[in-house]
Amino acid sequence: MALKPVTFTLNGNAKAAFTEDGQNLLDFLRRSVGDLSPKYGCGQGGCGACTVLMDGAPVLACLTLAEAAQGARIETAAGLAGAALHPLQEAFMERFAAQCGYCTPGMLMAARALLDRNPRPSRDEVIEAISGNICRCTGYEPIIAAILDVAEGRVRA
Amino acid sequence: MTVHRGRGFACINYPIGMNLGGDPSQALVHSNPDGKFTVALSAIDLGQGMKSVTRQIAAETLGVPIEDVYVDTADSDTGPHDMGSFASRGTHRMGNAVIMAAQEARAVMLEAAAEELEVDAADLMTDGRGNIHVKGAPSRSITTMAAAQAAQFRQGRTIAGRGIFLVPLSEVDPETGEMTPVTTFAHAAMLVSVEVDDETGEVTVTDMQSAYEVGRALNPRLVEQQLRGGAWMGMSHAAWETTEPHYPSRDHGPVDFGTYLMPGPGDLAPHHISILERPAADGPFGGKGPGEMCANPVLPAVVNAVYDAVGVRIDSLPVTPEKVLRGLQANGGARPRHRL
Repeated sequence: MALKPVTFTLNGNAKAAFTEDGQNLLDFLRRSVGDLSPKYGCGQGGCGACTVLMDGAPVLACLTLAEAAQGARIETAAGLAGAALHPLQEAFMERFAAQCGYCTPGMLMAARALLDRNPRPSRDEVIEAISGNICRCTGYEPIIAAILDVAEGRVRA
Repeated sequence: MTVHRGRGFACINYPIGMNLGGDPSQALVHSNPDGKFTVALSAIDLGQGMKSVTRQIAAETLGVPIEDVYVDTADSDTGPHDMGSFASRGTHRMGNAVIMAAQEARAVMLEAAAEELEVDAADLMTDGRGNIHVKGAPSRSITTMAAAQAAQFRQGRTIAGRGIFLVPLSEVDPETGEMTPVTTFAHAAMLVSVEVDDETGEVTVTDMQSAYEVGRALNPRLVEQQLRGGAWMGMSHAAWETTEPHYPSRDHGPVDFGTYLMPGPGDLAPHHISILERPAADGPFGGKGPGEMCANPVLPAVVNAVYDAVGVRIDSLPVTPEKVLRGLQANGGARPRHRL
């Protein structure tokens, strides 16, 4: 199997790593690059736990070929916090929007993508944005409330 | 086609823990030379908040700031024995064990402080901010860190404590089968509103009103989180989730998230929760456990609401459109109960 180099940016930092034919982006990020924040849930695009942003758009890393990251801007939950937590992270904490936490990185990235393209979404738009992400613990309401808190300026930026 | 509205009620008593083998949980608490405490447990936190609650319980009992307590869980090879995180037993069983262990450790901590201050340990109190002082004389004080270091490096004391929760095994009466399987019960009542489409058989939960009695809510935000998420799961069990095939063989059963159905964020019903606090006499600071009982009342309440709406009595879960339609067919159509 041929190894192919992939150069890209991960959360703003230039990265290069080798990928094998057919390797998916989730496996590539976790094993080859070492970013464990995207989670493996179902491996078939049904749960959203692996959601990352590719050039600003949310993608399911488990269904995306690693080669597609060539030259791309990849953002994961590990890159959300700077010196302080990202407002979405603050809001998720304030609203108790995580229990086991497995869906949380995917939820955060789906929410981040929404707010980047639509800073003042309606409740229905928030629901639409996270409808590809499954959560077992929270009953979704705290997650919706957290995203709306950020959208409506109730969390310090 | 008509959409029928109905309301259903259910209430439950939920046993906390179980009787099997006395339901034991152990806890070990010890201080480190920096005056901070480690609580070792073998039960795990699945996200329900057990680490947070046992941390609160340990800090309160020790009389130290919550920041000074670390709860170490999840290595059952090296930790003290525990039956596990199930049966909604964590807060109650582990909490009681943590109190017992923390009391023993606190007593040694106060003895160490008493020796340093040259007073009687019975005259000492903690301020909850990391200081130990003589009652009525706050200036005669020592920090918990200094007491821990004195114990470690001068006195040769171990500031540590052991705790266990165990209930006597209840004998079963051979005549009646009567036994006392649990030590405390939590309670809940739930009122659910539904809409039932008599053409498609679809059931939509439109509103949930609940009251949960959980003993003392040791961490109210965690309790509400548990109840809200758990009731959603109850709604999911009531009307959506099943591992059984629909037609006609197992090959048609769900195999992934595309076919194993659960309500998503767009399928939520407003849920109004009232938390009732009646501290349990044998609970840690009165706490029981809001674990599994958060889901339980939803299922019978939904079934009762469907009966109220269209007169179809469903006796197996989940309430699928097929079951509703078959019931409607057998009854010759919808028979809303509130019109009878």
